[in-house]
Amino acid sequence: MTEPLVRPKRKNPLSKTRAPLLPQGSRSRTALGLTAAAAEGRFALQVCTDCRAAIYPPRDACPRCLSPRIPFEEVANGGTLLAETTIRTSIDVYFRERMPWRVGVVALDCGPSIVTHLHGDAREGERVRMAFKLDRSGQAVAIALPERDTPNMSDDPEWRELTCDPKFRRVLITDGRNAVGQAMAKALSDAQAGIVFVGLADPWKPFPGEQALRRIERVEIVPLDMTDSVSVDDVAGEIGARVDILINTAEHVRAGGMIERKGLTVAREEIDIRYLGLMRLAQAFGPTLRARGADGINSAAAFVNLLSVYALMNWPAYGAFSATEAACLSAAQSLRAELRPGGVKVMNVFFGPLETEWYQTVPPPKVAPAALAAATVDALRRGLEDVFVGDVAQDIRTRLAVNPKAVERELGS
Amino acid sequence: MVARAPYDGVAVAVPVTVPYRRYSTNTAHWWIGRAVHDVVARAGLRPTDIDGFSVSSFTAGPDTAIGLTQHLGLTPRWLDHVPLGGASGVVALRRAARAVQCGDAEFVICVAGDTNHVDSFRNMLTTFSRFAQDAVYPYGSGGPNAGFALITRHYMKRYGATREDFGRICVAQRTNALSFPHALMKKPLSLGEYLSARAISDPIHLYDCVMPCAGAEAFLVCRQDAARSLHLPAARILGTIERHNAFPDDPIQFRGGWVMDIGELYAMAGIAPGAVDFLQTYDDYPVICMMQIEDLGFCRKGEGAEFIRAHTLTADGSFPHNVSGGQLSVGQAGAAGGYLGLVEALRQLTGTALGAKVAEARIGLVSGFGMITYDRGLASGAVLLAGMDA
Repeated sequence: MTEPLVRPKRKNPLSKTRAPLLPQGSRSRTALGLTAAAAEGRFALQVCTDCRAAIYPPRDACPRCLSPRIPFEEVANGGTLLAETTIRTSIDVYFRERMPWRVGVVALDCGPSIVTHLHGDAREGERVRMAFKLDRSGQAVAIALPERDTPNMSDDPEWRELTCDPKFRRVLITDGRNAVGQAMAKALSDAQAGIVFVGLADPWKPFPGEQALRRIERVEIVPLDMTDSVSVDDVAGEIGARVDILINTAEHVRAGGMIERKGLTVAREEIDIRYLGLMRLAQAFGPTLRARGADGINSAAAFVNLLSVYALMNWPAYGAFSATEAACLSAAQSLRAELRPGGVKVMNVFFGPLETEWYQTVPPPKVAPAALAAATVDALRRGLEDVFVGDVAQDIRTRLAVNPKAVERELGS
Repeated sequence: MVARAPYDGVAVAVPVTVPYRRYSTNTAHWWIGRAVHDVVARAGLRPTDIDGFSVSSFTAGPDTAIGLTQHLGLTPRWLDHVPLGGASGVVALRRAARAVQCGDAEFVICVAGDTNHVDSFRNMLTTFSRFAQDAVYPYGSGGPNAGFALITRHYMKRYGATREDFGRICVAQRTNALSFPHALMKKPLSLGEYLSARAISDPIHLYDCVMPCAGAEAFLVCRQDAARSLHLPAARILGTIERHNAFPDDPIQFRGGWVMDIGELYAMAGIAPGAVDFLQTYDDYPVICMMQIEDLGFCRKGEGAEFIRAHTLTADGSFPHNVSGGQLSVGQAGAAGGYLGLVEALRQLTGTALGAKVAEARIGLVSGFGMITYDRGLASGAVLLAGMDA
């Protein structure tokens, strides 16, 4: 049984904030195949193309037939926990302050044995489900979960160390004026976030959905203009030390490519809101997020970017917009590396056309704002790093893995 | 399969232990150099007589055996580097014996030495192997304690061994160590103290763990006639085996590579386990001692605990085991831990024991085990040694 988390008390402002430490993050290049799988929540091992043996730890030759053809593939994640131990002393500073720590060895149904972190409800001798997760260092680690869900299981300390569960964490949603921001506020409130700060530029201006937004439990409106560095800095100065998860919902979607969109005004706005807005958030909130990665139950956990999947490959119908999104993606990769010393994840949530007015002319399938918000909460709970929401985003993701040139041609036809 | 050639004519002599220290400000090169110096001096040789050199060390990096030749001023015509941890002693001896037997070298010094700086153990664990880096260290960083805790826990469940059984091994070794001048652990240990010690990584408790330290061990391999003319008391090799990565499909380790070759070991020697006067197992954790007692043929698989309950394991007991106290009481000086049992066996067989003596020690069995690169020890080896007169 997992002991349910207790809502943390208000922090004594004089007490020292524990400096974030990381578990060892160095891996062989081959082992980064596990990191790629964990980033998207897949359980993948190397599987030999020639003899079909599943392989672990990651290798560069099949230990059964010596074949060099051993790509990562999704495999069955069931297994049996053969033995467990509770580590009470560790030479590593990260684990030292988290003792005692349970680990075990699981015989996987697909073949190999795996040394793994243990969820508190995984029992020796019993069946378990395995998952690869990104630990605080950003690298993949395995964790064994009980075969069936148990009460409060997401509150388990070893599990929570690998996830960004919003429960009791305080969230900032940067723009509540749009449908996505409002859906996000509702979803995070429902996910038991401690406080849901919602940013509004010019809060006195009425907007659709305003009453419903203000009625959501634990929502606190903050005046936040993403195009104004002073405004972003002011908000960070006021609530920055209480923001554990930042979700950037600022959007600016306009159709048109490089030639047909006349002038630079729209492009400048786009870049100001999206790319420079991201940079303003990073500079204002980043240092505090990074310093608060080990700050108790409601430690800083994630910086969430909502990105058009066309950040990955330009869609000329929305060509200039796609280019700005690509700039945001590139910036997010930098931010990811910069926040990693704090153990704070940068999560990129990719989506195709949304069910909103700016994609009015685009045929379905489209993603409803509530679905995007639900997928974001799910990804936070699972500690993912790259999430593809909806059919279009997943389609693009799959096709890019096969032939990026084909995607370029097809999107441009 | 072709039968292995015997090791006729080979002598193993001049067992040297450089007294261990918990922490050392010296380098591995200093410890290795000191051991080589002592072998040369006690053998009555000059450094230029040494034409074969075998080194094991975790902390001599970035140097290997070749760098050490220049460091120590040796000009060998046969050189070996044996990075096999707890199996280093047996494997170094096997190779050196063939070199001497075949005339590739006349006087081979086999040496293992490591230093222990304040943080060298931690540094070694983080970079011990690629599998450790990728698939073990990030899981709690419990080091070997956690890995062997899993093996121990599984063994206890599978075969019904108890902490008391492991305690008997540790307590007997401490008794043996009390008269061994180089042991770092100098206080007696009772079974009660063993059982009430603090948990390290369940079911591993404090006295199941070796203490990392600095030290060196060495011996000389040469022809028996050379040993005689130098008036060196020596032992001879009745048989020896090694095996690596045995039973890779066992989901968790409960046996070692000895199982694959043990019949051949005794067949080469022409003896049965009952003829062995004392056993030197590799004792990084007591469960591994128990596995060796089974896998080396002293009882059947799973009956190790019962065997231990039926015997006394002190040097004067019914089954003398790790008679200088083993690593559990002497300390684990890195790769020298893989030499400790062998060097002590040589002292017992040549009548030069420093502490407890096994009465009428004629045949000793020394076993090596090493290199947990992922979830199990990969290297194993064993050698049956006899005194020259036995």
